[in-house]
Amino acid sequence: MSILIIKNGRVIDPSSKTDRMADVLIVGGRIAAIDTDLPLTADETIDAMGMIVAPGFIDMHVHLREPGFEHAETIESGSRAAAAGGFTSICCMPNTKPVNDNATVTSYIVERARSMAVVNVFPIGAVTKGSAGEELAAIGGMKAAGAVAISDDGQPVTSSRVMRRAMEFARSYDLPVIDHCEDLLLSAGGDMHEGAQSVRWGLRGIPAAAEDVMVARDLLLAQLTGARCHIAHISTRNSVAMVDYARRHGLAVTCEATPHHFALSDREMAPYDSNYKMKPPLREPDDRAAVVEGIASGAIDAIATDHAPHPGSEKMQEFERCPFGIIGLETGVALALEELVRPGKIGLNRMVELFTTGPESVMHLGRGTLANGAPGDVTVFSADLAWTYDVNQSFSRSRNSPFDGRTFHGGPVATVVNGRIAWRRDRPEGS
Amino acid sequence: MPAGLLGIEELDRAEIEAILARAKDFQPLQSQSLKKLDTLRGKMIVNLFYEASTRTRTSFEIAAKRMGADAVSITASGSSVSKGESLVDTLNTLAAMRPDAIVMRHSASGAPHFLARYLATPIINAGDGTHEHPTQALLDARTILDRRDSLEGLRVAIIGDIAHSRVARSNVHLLAKFGVEIVLCGPASLLPRELAELAPGVRLTTDIREAIRDSDVIMMLRVQLERQHEASFPASEYFRFYGLRLEHLDMAKPDAIVMHPGPINRGRELSSEVADFTRSVILNQVENGIAVRMAVLERTIG
Repeated sequence: MSILIIKNGRVIDPSSKTDRMADVLIVGGRIAAIDTDLPLTADETIDAMGMIVAPGFIDMHVHLREPGFEHAETIESGSRAAAAGGFTSICCMPNTKPVNDNATVTSYIVERARSMAVVNVFPIGAVTKGSAGEELAAIGGMKAAGAVAISDDGQPVTSSRVMRRAMEFARSYDLPVIDHCEDLLLSAGGDMHEGAQSVRWGLRGIPAAAEDVMVARDLLLAQLTGARCHIAHISTRNSVAMVDYARRHGLAVTCEATPHHFALSDREMAPYDSNYKMKPPLREPDDRAAVVEGIASGAIDAIATDHAPHPGSEKMQEFERCPFGIIGLETGVALALEELVRPGKIGLNRMVELFTTGPESVMHLGRGTLANGAPGDVTVFSADLAWTYDVNQSFSRSRNSPFDGRTFHGGPVATVVNGRIAWRRDRPEGS
Repeated sequence: MPAGLLGIEELDRAEIEAILARAKDFQPLQSQSLKKLDTLRGKMIVNLFYEASTRTRTSFEIAAKRMGADAVSITASGSSVSKGESLVDTLNTLAAMRPDAIVMRHSASGAPHFLARYLATPIINAGDGTHEHPTQALLDARTILDRRDSLEGLRVAIIGDIAHSRVARSNVHLLAKFGVEIVLCGPASLLPRELAELAPGVRLTTDIREAIRDSDVIMMLRVQLERQHEASFPASEYFRFYGLRLEHLDMAKPDAIVMHPGPINRGRELSSEVADFTRSVILNQVENGIAVRMAVLERTIG
């Protein structure tokens, strides 16, 4: 059995409230020991002096585009970007072609990931057939094939009646329902957040209310059905407050925030630059502040990148014609360090929670811990290493990032998946 | 950066004053029998219009010719645009033919700003979506200044579909830089509250009488049905509550002028009597359009 030692690091594992200097021993792909003075004979060693050693980070919201849109991303390229971003597990949304709305597609993704991916890939199944919002997808079969949640992300279910039934079915299978909350009739035609900036630029707006009314609906349906409901990429002050209120009243609701929503507001957008175009849109500075507050207070459970690759040909158009979404796997951890930890909004332990126990509590992947016998997934990162993001060096097949050229202080250094080094900064091509 | 003209917002007061002063120099030329200068002889200007336009396209074309430049006009329907070529590719193709400037109108807000990032050829914005129409604001300012000593301290009412109006946005940016008191007026669905943050000195009202009261200038906007993606206001009620009629003019200053960027819809945003009213300066605006665009072309490639 192969042995990997990660030595001299500061081990932070929120699942066991660990925060101490120690070595991590991985034997045969599983965590074998965390201690000082471990025997130093190993097949491979990572010196984590000055670094933080954490359970492998989970990104519970990515788009891998395979099958169907391989020109934008593949399971392989997306997984490499994930590894380079410090993620050992990613959950991929079902808006592929065909839509992942049945066990055959789910199995295809699982099989492709097994042969091509360098990180763990967990598929999320569709709520409705073709994500058309009408007839429920074959949810039980998808779960049996490996789906870990259901979502019609991007094509959210408009009918409250269909959503109610979906939540009931999901509860039977103990799957969370992840909703991209957007009232499509209210947001129709909008290209950015509706506010002073959209009015100034003459662009059609997506009001914050388009998100809030659906968050409110979902919370009420979660109460009605008893389902586990997870709000994707929360972006408004009202929505954060509503989820927090619902949870304090005992509902099984959780939510995630993206790095771009805590790092940027519509005031930071470069005019008519589609690298700032996504859904939900970048909101007001006050909404951004509410997201940061929610992350710090615990109202927000997880950070998820919503990595959404689009090829240059689609993003290099008039703003109103460009598709929504930006890539984010390679910058998410660095942005959390830069925008949350460095300014003192949260500590390192909280940050690690947001990438490990937080998403694990929603998705039940059996990951996000360094407990003995757990899968050997480890993220090694620095909290101060200076590096500059060059999107042209990205492992992703797409280049749509607003963070190109930005210098960060801190970021992933090595990514270990099931005991194997999937990526390390000093040898990015070497694994 | 090429010295194009993308919008009024990014210009400063001195630059605007320079263009308006130069336009004044070109005004007498418009009524002479020999109207042509040779200032821009040998220069080539491409007018690329992705939206229907008669007056602006013609005005730019005549302005170019009166400056001695050659002008080619392209409309979207008769070009590779309809063959699915991307905007960037079309512009790169045109730029490879080495024009000295590209005058462009496009239905997408920000289209010229987006292109300016990729193109070395100067771009003059002839209207982008619901964003800006800089030469319209310049010619409006020229027209006001033909009748007033200065813009400072004037009260200007802009009435109509403000939300979808690039003319309103450019005028707000220009007038605000000169300390004008600006009142924007329209039904609430066409008057987003955030317009008040567009520039200093902007006030909003949904009451046309309040807008007109004591105004020096009344700018009426066309009801842009083609830009409204839904019924923001019942069309049948528009003229009754937001159409300008002669009786309204009594509330304005005695020498107030009425402006309209055209094309006018008699009986929709203003009555026929107002359109033909003695202090209506709509045709003066059209005439000034050429002088102002001559000044803009000279500034860009002269």
